[in-house]
Amino acid sequence: MSDLTSARTGVIHDIGYQRYQGPRLGRDYALRSLYTYSLRSAFGLGRSFKSKIVPMTLGAFFIGPALLFTVLRSQGLETVTYIEFPAALTIPSVIFLALVAPELVSRDLRDRTLPLYFSRPLSRTCYALAKAAALFSALMLLLSLALLIMYLGAVFSVEGGLTGVLDETGDFLQGLLNAAILTAVPTSLSILIASLSGRRVLASGMVVALFMITAPVSTLLQEAAGSEDLQRLAGLLDPLTLTSGVTAWLFDVENYATYLTETSPYGLLYTLAAFILTVGSLLLLVLRYRKVAS
Amino acid sequence: MPRGAGLPYRHPVPVITTQSLTKRYANGVTALKDLTVEVEPGIIGLVGANGAGKSTLIKLLLGLLTPTSGAIRVLGLDPVTQSAEVRARVGYMPEHDCLPSDISAAEFVTHMGRISGLPAAAARERASETLRHVGLYEERYRQIGGYSTGMKQRVKLAQALVHDPQLLLLDEPTNGLDPAGRQAMLSLIHRIGTEFGISVLVCSHLLGEIERICDSLVAIDGGRLLRSASLSSMTQHTDLLAVEVDEGEQTLFDALTARGLQVKQEDRVLLVRVTQEETYDLIRDVVADLDLSLHRLEQRRYRVADLFAPSTAAQEVSRV
Repeated sequence: MSDLTSARTGVIHDIGYQRYQGPRLGRDYALRSLYTYSLRSAFGLGRSFKSKIVPMTLGAFFIGPALLFTVLRSQGLETVTYIEFPAALTIPSVIFLALVAPELVSRDLRDRTLPLYFSRPLSRTCYALAKAAALFSALMLLLSLALLIMYLGAVFSVEGGLTGVLDETGDFLQGLLNAAILTAVPTSLSILIASLSGRRVLASGMVVALFMITAPVSTLLQEAAGSEDLQRLAGLLDPLTLTSGVTAWLFDVENYATYLTETSPYGLLYTLAAFILTVGSLLLLVLRYRKVAS
Repeated sequence: MPRGAGLPYRHPVPVITTQSLTKRYANGVTALKDLTVEVEPGIIGLVGANGAGKSTLIKLLLGLLTPTSGAIRVLGLDPVTQSAEVRARVGYMPEHDCLPSDISAAEFVTHMGRISGLPAAAARERASETLRHVGLYEERYRQIGGYSTGMKQRVKLAQALVHDPQLLLLDEPTNGLDPAGRQAMLSLIHRIGTEFGISVLVCSHLLGEIERICDSLVAIDGGRLLRSASLSSMTQHTDLLAVEVDEGEQTLFDALTARGLQVKQEDRVLLVRVTQEETYDLIRDVVADLDLSLHRLEQRRYRVADLFAPSTAAQEVSRV
């Protein structure tokens, strides 16, 4: 009878507490997990519908122009290049950073979740770097997606056969590299600034202020500067001028800042400054999380 | 990775050992001073007033702080040099709020499981299992922001338990709970220590509350060790007889003391320490000799509080 009854009675047994015997992955895995989790939360994934509204709206500001440029270009009109595209989206980029950076770091400060992380194998440095990488990837994801749309639109209408496609692909890849360089500086600055406050509104304000204040100060100084050399040095003060300087020098863009593309030391100086600013911000971020109370 | 997961927790290795452990903060405050203690597996109560150094000790155990001097071992590992190994085996529930509000408990505990090193699928499975063990069922898919304090405390416990640690560090787990909630939390901790086979260090400033569930107690005050012992050894030789007479307790007190008994007067009740069988007879004879009317003669177990600092004892006894 045993066969019959056991087949008929499906009983859920409380088998009590089970010890975990499976693998335990280390610090690197913890870092990757935090990175994925943070990247997802940047777009409100795994969160309520409300948390998705803002990032998705902002995403539209990246995809929309990309579609528009694609359409214009297919009509034979001259539009922005892959290289110029990130600079054209400066404002949505800054807003995105100002909203997402606090989401990634200020929230954990305010909710006091950090002790839960730091009492796990994940180190403080890992935490800081995972958050910075997540913010960088979030903005890069939007920019790459937009560039990809432009590329796909172009590649089907490009003239010149295979060579044309290859040229277009080369331009596209350059555009991606440029976007990564342009994203690194403001991202590392934004995450550092946001990590200073547990209040998201305040953190957002500080991030916006950074870009809003440095820009006019830099412009004013450039105008007031007596010599051309001083003018170019003043450009270093604004992270956005700084990054466009790097673009101009690295990718030989004709439109802006010609003095950077000529045989002057400024292109190199701008690039070095951008590098130091990025690495410096990340270092300060790591130091910040050394100090933060657990 | 050698783990004691298969073993019952009553293996001879102490879960926590400290040797002259001292922690002085940069601002000059000495939070722990010369603390030497050895804790066997089981449920351990860490008691002390606020500011006694309980939280500092927990942070030292987790390797979040570095000792100023002295040595510390957790599950046989050094939390300073082997912090990742220690933290993979230990679960920590902080005293304060530490949960995000806009995410579901299931999602959050899964995430914390992954940060502790569980592969994604295992983390998800253990998260829902752990939440079930702490008493959260369908609610676990709702946002934590809408939870009651009791439910939040359970989520805090679940995130400390999700990676199946060998040792749980619970900082004031009953904080902010109503009497029923406290009761539920305490019996949950008791279950974890007994059925689950996980050693638990419970911090509390309320001795009376945790003494019922603990196997041993460590009492600290002002960063120093007051006493550390298993509860059975504390109460073994501490049988007390409460003697109450209608009047003349002072005469009785003097008479009993004169016969070499240890007597403590507490309001109208005399507490006599029972050292041998004859003590009962002796008390009976003395009362009879003095011609006092015996109102009550009863055995009373020493309350753990009586063994600790006079201040704590006074508070506890005054409620008797």
